[in-house]
Amino acid sequence: MTYTAALSPATLRIDAGRETDRIASRIRDIVFGQFKRKGAVIGVSGGIDSSVTAFLCARALGKDRVFLLFTPEADSSPDSLRLGRMVADALQARSAVEDVSAILEGARCYERRDNAIRELVPEYGKGYKCKIVLPDLLDGSRYAIFSIVIQSPDNQVRKVRLNAKAYLGIVAATNFKQRARKMMEYHYADLLQYAVAGTPNRLEYDQGFFVKNGDGAADFKPIAHLYKSQVYELAAYLGVPEEILRRPPTTDTYSLEQSQEEFYFSLPLAKMDLCLYAKNHRAPAAEAAAALGLTPEQAERVYAMIDSKRRAAHYLRSAPLLIEPIEEV
Amino acid sequence: MSALRDKLRAYVIENYLFGQDGNLSDADSFLELGIIDSTGVLELVSHLEEEYGIAIESEEIAPENLDSIERLTRFVMRKQVPSPESEGAAS
Repeated sequence: MTYTAALSPATLRIDAGRETDRIASRIRDIVFGQFKRKGAVIGVSGGIDSSVTAFLCARALGKDRVFLLFTPEADSSPDSLRLGRMVADALQARSAVEDVSAILEGARCYERRDNAIRELVPEYGKGYKCKIVLPDLLDGSRYAIFSIVIQSPDNQVRKVRLNAKAYLGIVAATNFKQRARKMMEYHYADLLQYAVAGTPNRLEYDQGFFVKNGDGAADFKPIAHLYKSQVYELAAYLGVPEEILRRPPTTDTYSLEQSQEEFYFSLPLAKMDLCLYAKNHRAPAAEAAAALGLTPEQAERVYAMIDSKRRAAHYLRSAPLLIEPIEEV
Repeated sequence: MSALRDKLRAYVIENYLFGQDGNLSDADSFLELGIIDSTGVLELVSHLEEEYGIAIESEEIAPENLDSIERLTRFVMRKQVPSPESEGAAS
């Protein structure tokens, strides 16, 4: 089957009204019918995915049955809280701010991260900022190897290739952030007898762009089947504030502003979306390349990266496995 | 070369295949078999630098140098005894 002619941003277009109704019906079925919970807690970051999830839950369950939680920490952009509050205001929903910095201090998240960075950059310390980045996947045929970008207090910026020990040390430390946030979401879910909504889109869910038992943990994930561009369509339909629609997706994990492309996808999200769609629909890489303005070799690399991340994500998505099934439960 | 290849093969089997070689041939692509992910590449580079005392440039962290036991062996040999032809080359 040839997909070239059909493969364009329009390929992913959906009937936003119908999809909203379908998701809302399913949320009601899951939260009220299957889990017997009274509502939903949504951790809202001020990004598009959590905002759409909050709007969908409010649509499905009623604004009085959603609770929005904002969990800033020492490295968070102030925009995250401001935009999160904008969502709560738009929905007229209850919300709370829980600064998780003290939890993270207690777990020595920042100290562990800084120690891992100092393996490579001994002078790293107070006043420095950092982020982890990947090279542009389309630039050459190298492996995509993480580097750390350091900004000194006098604004000198340098980029250093990470070794395995430093990379794992930094990631293992910063993953405390997503886990602390999720712990707080479940605190409110316990208080209110609510279920926790997860906010990954399809790209994130498929490619493992989440922390296991952190932002990967949830009771239901209402937009995990939607490509990123479809999430934007729903956002426009649902009336998500314009500023959130325009905000570039960030990880909000590192002290330097970091896009999702830099950290994980190595390709603009719109192209990544279409590549994933093309691969999922068995379009040959060469045909995807023509539609996306890539060379066939570049499209092959993206396809290979999708497979590689999918394999790595299998562990992240897996629920605890038993030695044998327990029939009674 | 044979001793180096055996040593690299043993490292790959121990670290990425948990001691079971699964009939891995020296020419098999780690990428195609899904043996090594991006974190695994970082581990491999750190191991080569520490174990063989070589410095690997970012440009050299490419499948053409690291994607099979054969390629690894040739790459480490070249890095340990740089020849005029290979010095400064990306592969």
